[in-house]
Amino acid sequence: MSEELNRVPLDARHRASGGHMVGFAGFSMPLHYGSIRDEHEAVRQRCGLFDVSHMGEVLVRGSGALDFLQRLVTNDVAKLEPGRALYTVMCHPDGGIVDDLLVYQDADGYMCVVNAARHDPDLAWMRENLGADVELTDVSAQTALLAVQGPAAPEVVQRLSPGQELGSIRYYHHRPGQVAGSRARISRTGYTGEDGFELYVDAAAADGLWTALLEAGSGAGLVPAGLGARDTLRLEAGFRLYGQDMDEGTDPYSAGLGWVVKPAKGAFNGDRALAERAERSPRVLVGLRLGPREIPRHGHPIFRDGEEVGTVTSGSYGFSVGAGLAMGYVDRASSTPGTELRVQLHADPDRWAAAPVSALPFYKRPGS
Amino acid sequence: MPDLGAYRFTKTHEWVRDEDGGEVVVGITDHAQSQLGDVIFLELPKVGGPVASGARFGAVESVKAASDLFSPVSGEVVAVNEDLASSPELVNSDPQGAGWLIRVRTAEALPADLLDAAAYDAFAAADAH
Repeated sequence: MSEELNRVPLDARHRASGGHMVGFAGFSMPLHYGSIRDEHEAVRQRCGLFDVSHMGEVLVRGSGALDFLQRLVTNDVAKLEPGRALYTVMCHPDGGIVDDLLVYQDADGYMCVVNAARHDPDLAWMRENLGADVELTDVSAQTALLAVQGPAAPEVVQRLSPGQELGSIRYYHHRPGQVAGSRARISRTGYTGEDGFELYVDAAAADGLWTALLEAGSGAGLVPAGLGARDTLRLEAGFRLYGQDMDEGTDPYSAGLGWVVKPAKGAFNGDRALAERAERSPRVLVGLRLGPREIPRHGHPIFRDGEEVGTVTSGSYGFSVGAGLAMGYVDRASSTPGTELRVQLHADPDRWAAAPVSALPFYKRPGS
Repeated sequence: MPDLGAYRFTKTHEWVRDEDGGEVVVGITDHAQSQLGDVIFLELPKVGGPVASGARFGAVESVKAASDLFSPVSGEVVAVNEDLASSPELVNSDPQGAGWLIRVRTAEALPADLLDAAAYDAFAAADAH
């Protein structure tokens, strides 16, 4: 029953570090090394090191690359320039989300970073939409991605990047450089709500970089962190997870991602359907904040005055907030922050947890 | 690690320790806490309430999942571990010691179908994969 899972380049290192490995998006990935709470708090207070090499990377090159991407995704890729990155979604003609992704612009083209679970359908969709003079190169298997996240992350990465001034790389910017002697794309991005870098390196360099980061960060309290902490951190930060908080049946407006849809840029996949759906989706994604002893889970029903108005899509405990937190879809009429909703917790079906609609994100890092 | 010879185990991953004088202490196993991950809170019965062998007596909620607790014995709850309200992580750090859950007064001998430590370890190892 267990199909063969792909292994990331650091697989042996995770196992040796006591990583509790689980299947995720077809990969064997570390869920945690010790305590999810400790890993979460290390990222909020100091620094955590994540291996997210399961993510997919696709190079887009050629004179038709910009036109291709403009038709493919909803955000305005023309606003990019070399050294900048963009968060976006790509949609089917009916407005349903194929995936959410990052687009990096380089001097010689673009790189798209897609969810591991969507790698195959994304590639198929991109090839189906391929225009003239565009070349796609799937470099997922030969690319490792390490995320260094937390207030101490910049100093840790800087220590391994002598002669390069990383402080000038602003949020959603990136630069080619050398980290621990390996060529890296140094990107000031992340999925935790903290400052930090994501480092794209050749798969063969992953082991050396991982070891160097652990060593360089030991004084700053850096610890390896798994997908468990990544999930609680991203939930607090209000980041949606594809497959849970959005899928082919949801459009970016209902997912609260209308800000990545740029109708003025020209024609793109889904533009007509989305023009009709803008601000009119019957159900929309909201944040819900529960009590400290109430943990909502994916699939729990959401009620208002005894009537079911929605479903939890992501739910967990927010260690930095001290409360159960959820994202879920509810009827538009029940989506205003402050609306008194209730979640029926499966763990205790007799208890209806008060779950007021809460503005996202639940957590903002100090000073941001 | 406490002397595991004094413990018996359920296939639902609780342990029970005979305290003599007709009382037993109940908790969850090290295997269970390791599978659950960080315990956020516990729902435990009130002192004076009844528990029944094989029946749900509460729940443990971790960051990963909610899991029901099943009593290894029938009897009356004479104490609950009050420390867990403020320090649920004791269930992770010392599941078979300071992380105990309830103390039960029982008129019965421990049920014969409970596992000893060796049998439980084998069962848990098979359960893990």
